[in-house]
Amino acid sequence: MAAEASTSLPTRLASRRPSLIGLLGLALVALLIVWLVVNFFKEPSTFVEILLIGLANGCVYALIALGYTLVYGILELINFAHGDVFMLGSMFAVTFASSFAIHTGQAALWPILVVIMLLAMICCGVINTTIEFIAYRPLRSAPRLAPLITAIGVSFILEDIGLTWKGPAPISFPAVLPQHDAFVIWGVNVGWDKLIVYIITLPVLLVLLWLVQRTKQGKAMRAVAQDKDAAGIMGINVNRTISFTFLIAGALAGAAGLLYALYFTSIQYTQGFQLGLIAFTAAVLGGIGNLPGAVLGAILIGAIQAFNEGLSWHAPGSDWTESIVFSILILILVFRPAGLLGEQTPEGG
Amino acid sequence: MAVDLGERFRGSWRGMAERDRAIVSLGIQVGVSILLWFVDGALGYGAAFLFALIWRRRLQDPWRLALELALIAAFAYPVPALAIAMVILFAAFRAPQRYRRWLVPGGALLAAIAYPFFQTHLFTIPILGAFPDVGTGVYMIVFVMMAVGLNIVVGYAGLLDLGYVAFYATGAYTTAWFASEQFAHRSIHFGAVGLIPANIPGIHITIWLLIPLAGILTALCGIIIGLPTLRLRGDYLAIVTLGFGEILPQIARNGDNLGGFNLTNGPNGILPLDPPGFGNHLSSWTGGFLPANYITCCKRTLLGHAIQSNDVYFWTALVLLVITVFCSLRLRDSRLGRAWIAIREDETAAAAMGIPLMRTKTWAYASGAFFGGVAGAYYAAFKSNTFPGDFFFNISVFILCMVILGGMGNVWGVIIGAAFLAYLNQFGLGNTGAWLNTHIHLFGWRPNIDVAEHQFGIYGVIILVMMLFRPEGLMPSRRIAAEMHEGVRDEPLYDVVNEGT
Repeated sequence: MAAEASTSLPTRLASRRPSLIGLLGLALVALLIVWLVVNFFKEPSTFVEILLIGLANGCVYALIALGYTLVYGILELINFAHGDVFMLGSMFAVTFASSFAIHTGQAALWPILVVIMLLAMICCGVINTTIEFIAYRPLRSAPRLAPLITAIGVSFILEDIGLTWKGPAPISFPAVLPQHDAFVIWGVNVGWDKLIVYIITLPVLLVLLWLVQRTKQGKAMRAVAQDKDAAGIMGINVNRTISFTFLIAGALAGAAGLLYALYFTSIQYTQGFQLGLIAFTAAVLGGIGNLPGAVLGAILIGAIQAFNEGLSWHAPGSDWTESIVFSILILILVFRPAGLLGEQTPEGG
Repeated sequence: MAVDLGERFRGSWRGMAERDRAIVSLGIQVGVSILLWFVDGALGYGAAFLFALIWRRRLQDPWRLALELALIAAFAYPVPALAIAMVILFAAFRAPQRYRRWLVPGGALLAAIAYPFFQTHLFTIPILGAFPDVGTGVYMIVFVMMAVGLNIVVGYAGLLDLGYVAFYATGAYTTAWFASEQFAHRSIHFGAVGLIPANIPGIHITIWLLIPLAGILTALCGIIIGLPTLRLRGDYLAIVTLGFGEILPQIARNGDNLGGFNLTNGPNGILPLDPPGFGNHLSSWTGGFLPANYITCCKRTLLGHAIQSNDVYFWTALVLLVITVFCSLRLRDSRLGRAWIAIREDETAAAAMGIPLMRTKTWAYASGAFFGGVAGAYYAAFKSNTFPGDFFFNISVFILCMVILGGMGNVWGVIIGAAFLAYLNQFGLGNTGAWLNTHIHLFGWRPNIDVAEHQFGIYGVIILVMMLFRPEGLMPSRRIAAEMHEGVRDEPLYDVVNEGT
């Protein structure tokens, strides 16, 4: 496809680009590292605790970022509505939580949470597939910007659905996660809540990897991502594969929705937009279309956000979080548009 | 010999020229709708709309619109409007070719200029409510200007810009900085009039310098944003512009303490701003035609209408709009504009033809930004304040929605789409909600909807439906319609795949 056709040109452009910009980028990274190191030596244990908070943020971002990356890998479309699917996931989580009446100290809390997560994943998966069917599929052959614009429209519609459904005020999710420390190593307190976030995220990621790399359906996804026409000729049902990808992406958003509600215990209909953009940045940072890249990018962004909000020495503070995240996005696109691990169209490479 | 009147009529009807037949039958239709209107307002309105729909198939592009407007106007002033409709029709069929294309815009402009005079006499639109007052008119014109500016980026050059609100903010803050007491430790006065007291601290520069200055600053801002990002392919560009659209308002929000320096006064905003005006000297020299100060002006009555402060703002906005539209049209037809369209259609072919991609795109970005800045600067002066809360991402999508609704690339379509949506946003939605809540009752069920609360959901639906069913917009340019339906080769020339790996 066009990627092959224009291969030689960008490479030449890349080699001709003045190295000054590259040096500037290196200088920025060096500055960041110096800032981190100084902060680390000022208060090592706080630093590590903040890193753990960042890791927990990163887990939520990773689940959303994977949705962006999966869809981008297969359709080369930035699914702008993805953040709002995640928001609906949180709303489903709250709804199911109240219908199961979960509360702290409940006997069968964990199985119920797993059931809630699966339900939220199913709902979001179905919603995402429906969105693809209604808003993106008719525009497969339209100019590239057309589906992007519909994606924005869908994002606004979903946000409005969230608003109508749950109202404009923030809604609280029962604080069922134990708040005390799980253990303390070298003066670092490791809280149960963060630990549980890691414990929930990890199997989801493993299942996703297994799905994409080991199953027949995953093979079909990779084939469609590489070349839709050829995949069709080989007998792969392209439309169904794309629907399946949206289903997985939506399910991941649903899991992220529950995790977010569980960990932050407060949700609002506007959260999808902001977290969606952060997650998209994470996907680009890691190299869009690249599954491990999305996870790496999400953890980096989560850590940077936590450092920005938590560190004491010359940290800009939470007022500037969005600006910092978007600056990272812009800098990455300027200095290394293919992301840290390189952009890959075939899923999982 | 008995004359068969019917036969004679049919004969002369057949003998008529096609155009005359058109005029007569349209006259009959207008008459019928007016008659129906006297029976029942909504019925006549519906008939007129129906006739307009029938007629738009048979008339050339711009005339349809004029006709529809004339038909709608017919209900405010039935007799004069009928005369005007006939004049328009006559012009449509008989005026020399070279003047025809300016007739409708000119007529619309005249109607707009006269709007403050007849606004209070207009009828109430069914469902939507009353016609906008003059203050809302200023709001509408400002948004039309922004939509026309965004149309340069999105419609002409095919670059999706989701951060247009950043340019709006830049323009607004330019006025706010240089025409208020924000920087009270400086005292620079240049041509500002009507300040009370006259030696007030702060930077005070006349708005007539600030508007172009805001445009230029915003264009520079656009170039700075554009240079690193325009290399990217379209969808990345969209996200990066969105990022800038989020960063700039955040800077405005947190700008009350940038290393101890109060740049933007944070969430409290900057207010009040200096009122526009021409000063006593110019005012007396023109015999009071140019008002000395927009807020304290206007003691006179013209044609039975006491001129208000808002009217003057409205006319000034119209002047700016005319300049914007003129520039936009001339840009489109210039060498640069043709280069933009070439890039939109096929980047690779355009580059092969020797069009410098980066420079051309940057110019598109800068020109679009310029008008956003001008509109923002003027709107800030009109509201006399600037708050960071005015510059949400939603506004960017709102303006994009205007461009899509009207028809990307077609200035006239964009103007109408923008004016309609701006009106809808300000009044129409609330009125529609009220109408629905009072008129709908299904089996005892009455809705209680606050339609205005769902404005962005409604814009989302508009965007979605337009892109799915009529991607070229309501009033498309022929070229865009062809692109949308036949598809274009819009594979990006610069692709990041394999770069840097």
